[in-house]
Parts: sequence; C-alpha cells; structure tokens
Amino acid sequence: MSKMTIKTEGDTHVVVTRRFAASPEAVYRAHTEPSLIQKWLLGPDGWTMPVCINEPRPGGKIRYEWSNGKGGGFSLTGEYLELVPFSRIVHVERMHVPDPTPDNHVETRFEPDGAGTLMTMRMTLPDAETRAAMLATGMEHGMEASYVRLETMI
Amino acid sequence: MPKLDAAFAALADPTRRAILARLALGEATVMELAEPFEMTQPAISHHLKVLEGAGLIGRRVDGTKRPCRLAPAGVDAIDQWLAMLRDALAKNYDRLDAVLAAMKPAGRKDMP
Repeated sequence: MSKMTIKTEGDTHVVVTRRFAASPEAVYRAHTEPSLIQKWLLGPDGWTMPVCINEPRPGGKIRYEWSNGKGGGFSLTGEYLELVPFSRIVHVERMHVPDPTPDNHVETRFEPDGAGTLMTMRMTLPDAETRAAMLATGMEHGMEASYVRLETMI
Repeated sequence: MPKLDAAFAALADPTRRAILARLALGEATVMELAEPFEMTQPAISHHLKVLEGAGLIGRRVDGTKRPCRLAPAGVDAIDQWLAMLRDALAKNYDRLDAVLAAMKPAGRKDMP
C-alpha cells in the first residue's frame, strides 16, 4: 500500500503526501486539536506525548513533548504563521535534542480528493546540510528497530 | 557480510549518521564536512576514519585533498534510514486514520 509518499525536492525541501478517507475539516482538526493530536502524532511504538500545547492562530505557540516511558524523550516547539481553516497551515518548528535544531518552515495543505483528503506537507530547511542533519536526526528515533533491519541488509 | 560489527559501531554515533546523510548529497572534503557540524577538522577526520574502516565511505586522492563519498554499503544504510523515517511517519498516519474514523458522525457511510 502506498498511501504516503516522502521525497526530497531541490536542495532544501522535503515533501510528504498522504491521502485520508475523511473530510479536509476532520484532517485539519486532527492536526490542530491537542486531544486528537495526542492520539496519533507519536512515532515508534511505545512513545506517548504527555505535553501537547497547540494554539492554532497566527503567532500561536506549539509545544509537543514525547516520552518513551523509560526516561527518554525530546520535544518540539514552534509558532503558527498562517492558518486557513480547513485548507492550509503554515508554521515553523524546531526539535530540541536537547539543543534546538535550525527552524523548519512547514506548509501543510488539505485538499478535497474524491470523498477524502489529500494532505501535502512541504518542509523547507535553511540549507542542504541542515536538511541532511534533520533526516539523520529523524531517523534516530527508529534506531533500535533499524539495527534489527540493518542486520538483514549489510 | 564483512565489517558488520564495525558498521554497527560506526552507525551508533549521531554525528557519523549525519555525515553519511550529508555525503548522500555528493562528495565532500573534510573542510566542507566540518563546517555544518561545528567540529574541528581532526574530530571530523576521526569520524571519517571510523566510517572508512566500516566500509561505509570511500576516499580518493585529489592533490592534497582526500574527498569522501558514500560507498555502496553507505548508500544502503541511507536508504534504510529513509525507510525507517518513512515507517515512523506511516505509523503516525495509520493511527490518524483510526482517529479520523472515530471522529466521523454516525450515519455517514459515504467515505471509502
């Protein structure tokens, strides 16, 4: 099944697309309401998001804190720049691992697609090196599982 | 199958993974690699030696420079990481599918 695509574009972009069997309004709400976000934006199995602050208005704050339940964790902070309910969100975000990473500028679009929604998330990093480092950092959270997979590969 | 232990040890370090990700963009010199990581050239050289020993990168001689590039095993490792990232994202969105299904008002059966 290939409902999702992820690709790099140019030197500084990463573009993710995904189709959902729900209205743009529902998908938009699931991206902006903390009680909904905490149910899905979790990454690998076993991780939870004990802190979820989301103020969906221009200048509003974003703060997500994840925990693996074993003392490990990291956080993400950001600010909203622009919101068009229920079709477009523009925000900046950075990870704290624990030092803050350079700002990632993210535009997320929700477009009607048949009876569902096509989401397109376009990330823009300051430069190619930052993008490479971000991809490497994002990969880190799956490292345990990746070791297992690497064994079958190398 | 050679160098498996060395490859695991090399990949355990976040800076070395970031160096590999940078080399995925193309060949680079030690100086070019040191800059974004805010590390000294000797520190980067050490990491490169580990990566080279593990068979993840190769280096060629170009005058006084020895530019680095990904070796086939390094390319595979990068592909594997991208697959990992894709898996983590895909897992999130599969969970979101379930959240969206639960949000739907009762009686609406028009969604696929």
